[in-house]
Amino acid sequence: MNNLDFGNILRRPEAGALLGLLAVLIFFVVFGGIDFLKPAGTASWLNVAANLGIVALPIGLLMIAGELDISIGAMIPAGSMTVAILSGHYELPIWIGMLGSIAVGICVGIINGLLVVRTAVPSLIVTLGMLFAVQGLTLGFSVLLTGTTSVALSAPDWAKFLFGQFIANSFQVIILWWLAITAIYVFFIHYSPFGNWIFAMGGDKVSARNAGIPTDRLTIILFVLSATSASFVGMCQAILFNSAQVSGGMIFIFNCIISVVVGGVLLTGGFGSIIGIFFGTITFAIVNQGIYFTDFDRNWSSLIIGIMLLLAVLMNNTFRKMALNYSPKKKKGAE
Amino acid sequence: MATPIIELENVDKSFGPIDVLHNINLRVHAGEVLCLLGDNGAGKSTLIKTLAGVHKPTSGTVKFDGKPVEFSSPKEAQEMGIATVHQFGGTFPLMSIGRSFFVGVEPTKGWGPFKRYDRKKANEIAVKAVQDFGITRIDDGDRLIGGLSGGERQSLAIARAVHFGARVLILDEPTAALGVKQASHVLRIVLEARKRGLAVIFITHQVMHAMTVGDHFGVLIKGALAADFRKGEKSREEITDLMAGGEALADLGEEVEEYMASHDGHAPPAKH
Repeated sequence: MNNLDFGNILRRPEAGALLGLLAVLIFFVVFGGIDFLKPAGTASWLNVAANLGIVALPIGLLMIAGELDISIGAMIPAGSMTVAILSGHYELPIWIGMLGSIAVGICVGIINGLLVVRTAVPSLIVTLGMLFAVQGLTLGFSVLLTGTTSVALSAPDWAKFLFGQFIANSFQVIILWWLAITAIYVFFIHYSPFGNWIFAMGGDKVSARNAGIPTDRLTIILFVLSATSASFVGMCQAILFNSAQVSGGMIFIFNCIISVVVGGVLLTGGFGSIIGIFFGTITFAIVNQGIYFTDFDRNWSSLIIGIMLLLAVLMNNTFRKMALNYSPKKKKGAE
Repeated sequence: MATPIIELENVDKSFGPIDVLHNINLRVHAGEVLCLLGDNGAGKSTLIKTLAGVHKPTSGTVKFDGKPVEFSSPKEAQEMGIATVHQFGGTFPLMSIGRSFFVGVEPTKGWGPFKRYDRKKANEIAVKAVQDFGITRIDDGDRLIGGLSGGERQSLAIARAVHFGARVLILDEPTAALGVKQASHVLRIVLEARKRGLAVIFITHQVMHAMTVGDHFGVLIKGALAADFRKGEKSREEITDLMAGGEALADLGEEVEEYMASHDGHAPPAKH
């Protein structure tokens, strides 16, 4: 049963992501040279992957559950501005600022979740509204309270150590957070009943509710996770760079969705895996950063990302069909 | 005779000014298949939703095991053992058979926060439950639901309901979208459920399917029970006629032929 059969690997949701990752790795090693895999090179794309990955994982879960959250684009600057205003501008202890960031994430997540559950307006629209609302609030409050759109923050050593240091001068500590969070997600999504509920919700919401799954509560929890993850990433960035700006973060929206889709999550919900999203994020980060190691003009990187996305979706569709049509023929002979 | 598991007494249901059900009296015993026949819009769905606790009757009583009950939610009805299986309902195309079977009640192993979903156990129980119903083609709980045929999916949904302790099984048009062979699978499962002592309420408008498994038939016309008879009391033609609202559908063939003969082979215009 557990033998590593090639067919079994292909039928898993992360098959496409794994092949895509290998393909881009080979591509950039060939065209960019081995520098790309040396520590300095690895750090360049791992840093991108970690910041993106922490947000992409809950976005992927929302997509598996049949929802979407694009308000994360505004939550990242909101998270970093909150900690910078509280602890930088008002010079409160750093932990108050950090709690503030997380609390903002939880609040926005609850509002998103409640709006989606209560109004039945598609989550794309709800979170699009929230994206602009949060962006406006961040800008408005920053100018109102500090008179500027960029606030400096000097975090004490322990906060730097935990959330904003460079390990070996190039690896951001957030990489470790990303790995730990991924491990926690893998457990909850693939090894606990909780994950089963999310897949069921994305597969058929009405049947899931009939089976006794608290779909409303679960939806709200997922929105809280995504908004809080985004504000966490924003907070870490502010601590790392000693300052926060009201802009930025928008690029995360598309990058997250690309990572998740390349990772094998079905846009309409019900299919996907955490490991797939993990690979998808690394793949995206490699393409994004790998271009700097090659002789190509960096303007071509968007082209590569676009083609990669389309190829990944086609590949994932093929693998999903294989999974659907699979029936164990050879087992009959063994019995 | 024994007390019926579920019984409707003078049940009326109206949505605002629109009366949907009038004065419905029905009883279903354990080990009996009640076939509810009726054209679209006759009130079949409203009737099963009333039985399943989705709607409350405007007047009249629902009795369960002889005692009057009032379901405040479908969940309450489910807990008492009334399971509704909709077409393909309760199954998730991109989930494995084992996971889909146990959705919401996953078996776990381990302790505390490290409780893990027990894939092996879930697969074993799910496959066994379906095979007990005679669907022996399903032998791997890791297969995805979407790869099963329509009949197999329907059978899986019924097996699931029975496994989780259903006493009344409401099947909402389980054979409507199936081919002949697939439908026969589902009918066999209905008979198996009856043999196990479940009360089955089988909604269909395929008279042949109804006559194969039914012990007791109810025909709904415009929200009223137009006929209530037992097996063997009416012929297939009579039932078809009843379902078409009393119009003699059996004569339709002759009528059409006559019309075509006298109108240069054109078909007659539809009657309203």
